[in-house]
Amino acid sequence: MAKKKTDEVNFAPRGIGDEKDGAVQKGVDLPSPTKKKHKSLGLSEDDLKAMYEQMYLQRRFEERAMQQYQKGKFGGFLHLYIGQEAISTGTVYALNDDDDIITAYRDHGWGLCRGITPKEGMAELFGKAPGCSKGKGGSMHFAKTENHFWGGYGIVGGHIPIGGGLAFANKYNQNGRISATFFGDGAVDQGALHETFNIANLWKLPAIFAVENNGYSMGTAARRHTVTEIVDRAKAYGMKGKVVNGMDVFSVYEAMKEVAEDVRKNSEPYFLEIRTYRYRGHSMSDPQKYRTKEELEEYQKVDPIERLKTYLKDEKILKDSEIQEIEDKVEDEVLEAVDFADNADFPEESALYDDMFAEDDPYFHK
Amino acid sequence: MAELQFREAIKEAIDEEMAREEKVFIMGEEVAEYNGAYKATEGLLDKYGYKRVIDTPISELGFAGIGVGAAMNGLRPIVEFMTFNFAVLAADQIINHASKAGYMTGGQISMPIVFRGPNASAGQLGATHSVAYDSMYAHFPGLKVIYTSEPDDAKGLLKSAIRDDNPVLFMESEQMYGMKGEVSDEEDYIIPIGKGKIKREGSDVTVVAHGKMYHVAKQAAAQLEKDGVEVEIIDPRTVKPLDLPLIIESIKKTNRCVVVDEAHPFAGFAAEIGFLIQREAFDYLDAPVQRVTLPDVNAPFSKPLFDAWLPSAKNVIDAVNQVTYRN
Ligand SMILES: Cc1ncc(C[n+]2csc(CCOP(=O)(O)OP(=O)(O)O)c2C)c(N)n1
Repeated sequence: MAKKKTDEVNFAPRGIGDEKDGAVQKGVDLPSPTKKKHKSLGLSEDDLKAMYEQMYLQRRFEERAMQQYQKGKFGGFLHLYIGQEAISTGTVYALNDDDDIITAYRDHGWGLCRGITPKEGMAELFGKAPGCSKGKGGSMHFAKTENHFWGGYGIVGGHIPIGGGLAFANKYNQNGRISATFFGDGAVDQGALHETFNIANLWKLPAIFAVENNGYSMGTAARRHTVTEIVDRAKAYGMKGKVVNGMDVFSVYEAMKEVAEDVRKNSEPYFLEIRTYRYRGHSMSDPQKYRTKEELEEYQKVDPIERLKTYLKDEKILKDSEIQEIEDKVEDEVLEAVDFADNADFPEESALYDDMFAEDDPYFHK
Repeated sequence: MAELQFREAIKEAIDEEMAREEKVFIMGEEVAEYNGAYKATEGLLDKYGYKRVIDTPISELGFAGIGVGAAMNGLRPIVEFMTFNFAVLAADQIINHASKAGYMTGGQISMPIVFRGPNASAGQLGATHSVAYDSMYAHFPGLKVIYTSEPDDAKGLLKSAIRDDNPVLFMESEQMYGMKGEVSDEEDYIIPIGKGKIKREGSDVTVVAHGKMYHVAKQAAAQLEKDGVEVEIIDPRTVKPLDLPLIIESIKKTNRCVVVDEAHPFAGFAAEIGFLIQREAFDYLDAPVQRVTLPDVNAPFSKPLFDAWLPSAKNVIDAVNQVTYRN
């Protein structure tokens, strides 16, 4: 038998879009944004103002969080959502307030959008007692269940079945609610996604599964970690699927509105690939050698917040001065949150044992 | 002797074994182009290319199992997990397959595979990123488990692990990758699996501590020395197989023992050592064996809670005071 030359053997990942190798690499190809204006989407001018404020809050909150982290005010991992704010905002405005949302560890934007106050959020980052998870979860585990935000989860793909379970309970209880599960492109390679998709369609669970494809799973470009277009995973499981521009809040809103209606009416799962970009490193310790500055700048040109700001001005909904007012208000609110977090108390040491079990006086093995 | 960081010692071991043996290869998340999440594989892609230094998707069960199959079929894989906390997804491949295939097939299959990566907690990473898994894997027959505390041990033991014909779990600590230590520059430096080491001689009490806890014990010993208590520290280095004779010999000398373990208390490493000592050296004990472990509680994020949760030098000193009846 002929001996194979070993230098032909190569396990370098060759996934989606690899034919573009050599050209300037782009994280993701964005589909065209929707052409619809706010009125035909059913959004009022007040909605737009609120959405702008919300997106701006998410960004300023994280920029300030980053500063505090660099000052050493808190430790652990810090994964920033900056660049992806249109997805949380468009979704939360499109869904009902009692629809269930669950996400991965890049969760600050989601939490703020679902009613975690900047104070509760910042205090959580600082590990303080008034934090949304009493300082026990930290950056990766924001949650506010009373607002149907079931939290951020740190094991890649681990929460995808749980999102299915939220939908299962809703169907079981026939309460008309749906669940929406968000995860990164890295998570689509996990078995958990495939098992969940199969069961979700088998049992017709009223669930939206949405990948926030920001082009990278840590330092690995999507084209190097996954084969075929991600949205095509839907076909394999007989699910509907579509690709959405995640740098445009109107596009996310429009898609989510339609999909939520479909899922609610037909009680069956739906898969969305929402394409976006993260401006910051994977986490604070990432030197980002895997991408170019030019690539980052390309996406910053289609920044979701700038985009909405331009729209607000072009449509004469807000004047520059009114936008400035919103931004100042948000900035104050975030700075207050930082102050609050800084001055808040850490949990009592006895809190270490709280919340482990449902019992007031649980047994611990010594 | 050369001063090396933990991560450099690990890289040297892998590098030397890859150079020595064509069948050795490494795969895992971000090990190639990113040079390793904790830089333990830095430069290996440049040296060995895409055939032998392989980036994987985030598919722990998939690539661990591919490693198992490749090992069955004659290769010698090193599978890096970004941490053992994520390797739980691959536990089926490790526990149900890697550990059992040889036995189930009447010895037809050999399984020369190393699963390695950071174990236990780093600073404030929350509940899902802070579990120590050495005790858990040691529970299962067919697996060897190593959790080293110093760069020198890491180099010598990792080389042994790669040459071992059994599945070996080789654990590191995320907080220790930058820690420096003298590493033997002996050519082909090998430490046999299953041999512990007396890292500090003392006559009053034996403290058994491995991995990150060795450093906690060392701190406690320095403190206790000032009070006139001479602590002997035994680092078993290998959790399984365990160098029990070394521990027993030490207890015959000191008559007292404290086990320091980074895992939870129930059915863990410290519980096992406590049992083995009472079985083998009951007549030599002047006090019941004590253990210092994590509480029976998940990892909290908040700094003061996290600090209270982790075993500390103070906890070790308290335990030593207890077994020496000094409080
Ligand atoms: C099961 C598991 N494996 C590995 C990791 C380490 N890790 C954390 S995030 C990450 C990259 C995930 O990227 P992606 O899913 O695309 O999400 P994004 O960070 O882009 O939001 C990796 C490898 C983990 N947390 N869990």
